[in-house]
Amino acid sequence: MKQYRPDEEVDFLIIGAGASGGIMAKELSTAGFSVVVLEQGPYLREKDFEHDEIKNTILSGMTNHLARQPHTYRKSDSETARVPNIKFIQYGRQVGGGSVHFTANYWRLWESDFHQKSKFGSVSGAALADWPITYSDLEPYYTKAEEELGVSGLAGANPFEAWRSKPYPLPPLPVKSSGVLFERASRKLGWHPFPAPMAILSQPYRGRGACLHCGFCEYFGCEVRAKSSTLATVIPIAEKTGRCEIRPDSYTRKIEVSSDGRVTGAIYFDANRREVFQRAKCVIICANGSETPRLLLMSQSSRFPQGLANSNGLVGKYLMVDAGYEVHGTFEQPLNEYKSVQATRVIHDFYEPDPKRGFHGGGGIDARFDFYPASFALTGLPPDAPRWGHEWKAMIGRNFNRTMSLLAHATCLAREQNNISLDPNLKDPWGLPAMRVTFEFHSDDVRNMKFLLDRQMEILEAAGAQKSWPDTSDESLLPHNHLLGTCRMGDDPKTSVVDRNHRTHDVPNLFLVDGSSLVTACCQPTCTIQALAYRAADHIAQQARQSKI
Amino acid sequence: MSEVRITRRHWLAVSPVAAAVLAAQEHAHQAARSVQPPPLTILDAAEAKEIEAIAAQIIPADDTPGAREAGVIYFIDHALATFDQYKRPLYTEGLRDLEARRDALFPGSQSIAALQPAEQIRLLQAIEKTDFFELLRTHTALGFFGNPSYGGNRDQIGWKLIGFEDRFQFQPPFGYYDAEHKG
Repeated sequence: MKQYRPDEEVDFLIIGAGASGGIMAKELSTAGFSVVVLEQGPYLREKDFEHDEIKNTILSGMTNHLARQPHTYRKSDSETARVPNIKFIQYGRQVGGGSVHFTANYWRLWESDFHQKSKFGSVSGAALADWPITYSDLEPYYTKAEEELGVSGLAGANPFEAWRSKPYPLPPLPVKSSGVLFERASRKLGWHPFPAPMAILSQPYRGRGACLHCGFCEYFGCEVRAKSSTLATVIPIAEKTGRCEIRPDSYTRKIEVSSDGRVTGAIYFDANRREVFQRAKCVIICANGSETPRLLLMSQSSRFPQGLANSNGLVGKYLMVDAGYEVHGTFEQPLNEYKSVQATRVIHDFYEPDPKRGFHGGGGIDARFDFYPASFALTGLPPDAPRWGHEWKAMIGRNFNRTMSLLAHATCLAREQNNISLDPNLKDPWGLPAMRVTFEFHSDDVRNMKFLLDRQMEILEAAGAQKSWPDTSDESLLPHNHLLGTCRMGDDPKTSVVDRNHRTHDVPNLFLVDGSSLVTACCQPTCTIQALAYRAADHIAQQARQSKI
Repeated sequence: MSEVRITRRHWLAVSPVAAAVLAAQEHAHQAARSVQPPPLTILDAAEAKEIEAIAAQIIPADDTPGAREAGVIYFIDHALATFDQYKRPLYTEGLRDLEARRDALFPGSQSIAALQPAEQIRLLQAIEKTDFFELLRTHTALGFFGNPSYGGNRDQIGWKLIGFEDRFQFQPPFGYYDAEHKG
């Protein structure tokens, strides 16, 4: 792999080697530019991945750890934020980022997602806005992402899906028992189940082998490279150009600015906690919807006293996360749901908001199983089950292979009060301000989640579940993997942080490309984040060639 | 042990296929015993005996092995030596309180391990809403169902109970309903 000296001014410095950063690295290096990617996490390879539930779930093996990457949480700014018992923010922390350990759901947005405000009007207490781009602008890049990375699905099977210029490059993965039960029940109810689009290979593709159905997708890295992470797909291509250096264990603390208001590079801690300054002509932050605003807020200077790209004070605001309850049901015959990918069937019948429901919001529902043995024992039984002793043991043994779940993936409305900021007291082990999260769902989000919950329970009943129950956990206290909207995209510099091409309004050679750009949030964001990355890379490469950065 | 044997015999009486399964289990159990268990590094022998007795009520042996047979105590010791170091005082304090309760409930008793099973259950019922019990329950489940590399789940006893196989490859159909759907 190419190595650059920190004092060499590279064309592009990318912060974060994840779902979007990996794509930026590949696109810009293959376009002929010199690229350094700083990744706070390690460079893990397939040989480092293990089927070890304790390591990956309890010990945060592939994600931020609350002790080493602490954050605080509060519902509103009238409270003092405290370190939560369970992390609120969860992100992938290695080369490949969240795309390494994600479940690999890969849903495109609907056309109407891009202009919800125009279509449905304002929502009281929410900062609903239209995107500055349309589905048509993004469609070629959705197609490119699906083709380049390798996505399995069935075009046309979802009667509600937006138009697409090409079918999925791979057929759907085999249906599981949960999918069969879900499909039968949904049809009975008059709804339209379809094979889950997954960034996991159902057949060999571009030198990688097909999924072997081991079942360790969510929270785990794929040992056989069947999951289409950026680690398994685009990052090796970037490295092969000889122009891209991936620098792991490099934790960026500040983006530096010159007197003329342009960024000049970034200061980071290397693996030995030494500070290094890497020079660059242009910086692209792809650090996720929580770390990107934190880094901007930490990058204060005399010219940008409120933090970088934050002249309007909007950096970190409008945080949106994954919403939706999970329900569980048990069946007479064995499902053996621990085998193969987590989800195989989905419905979008309630995806689009419908004013007749009396609130704004919608969502998809999938059939899934996302327990592993220990988490099942501790959290997979019905609420009235015994909690220890002979009966508990017997029930775990009976239920493990007879349980399936339905998860809703629902709208999260943007609220100005929900944000990422710097904690005024808590520091991380590097002495940097910890992230502070202020978040509470909009009341419409809660009503929408309850509406979807009723549909989920109806499906389990129609499927013939022997027993079914909703997960009663407080949704706002679970780890959130979708970290969105905190550096919103828009045409108006007063109401957004980046423009339609991800360039910050304040700094001409600073771009933000990740979940922070999203204007609205519904359902599964990774596909959209990666399509945005391909689109941004096209634009940025073109601008660089024309010396317009 | 007497309780375990009675249960097993009862189970044998109603299940004609059980003999072979039991023989296989016995074999596995012997094989597990023949391997020298790792030494305890954090818990002293007396503490370990008490905690093991509690774990063995949280996941008891009946027609299948329980927490004791799965080596859950070695998992707990390993956890307290490594990733859950900071929980060591919770065990010391929790156990001290529990011994006091035992003394109050069963005057003259010597240890939790020496109580009759029914007495152990009564004692645990008295603390089942406490944080200490939740910690014991969590650690017992992790030690019973987690990866055997952490010292517990010996011979994959926990995974066998639930019908989980740790493999790199499965073929569809995976379950009853997708098999039926395929026809």
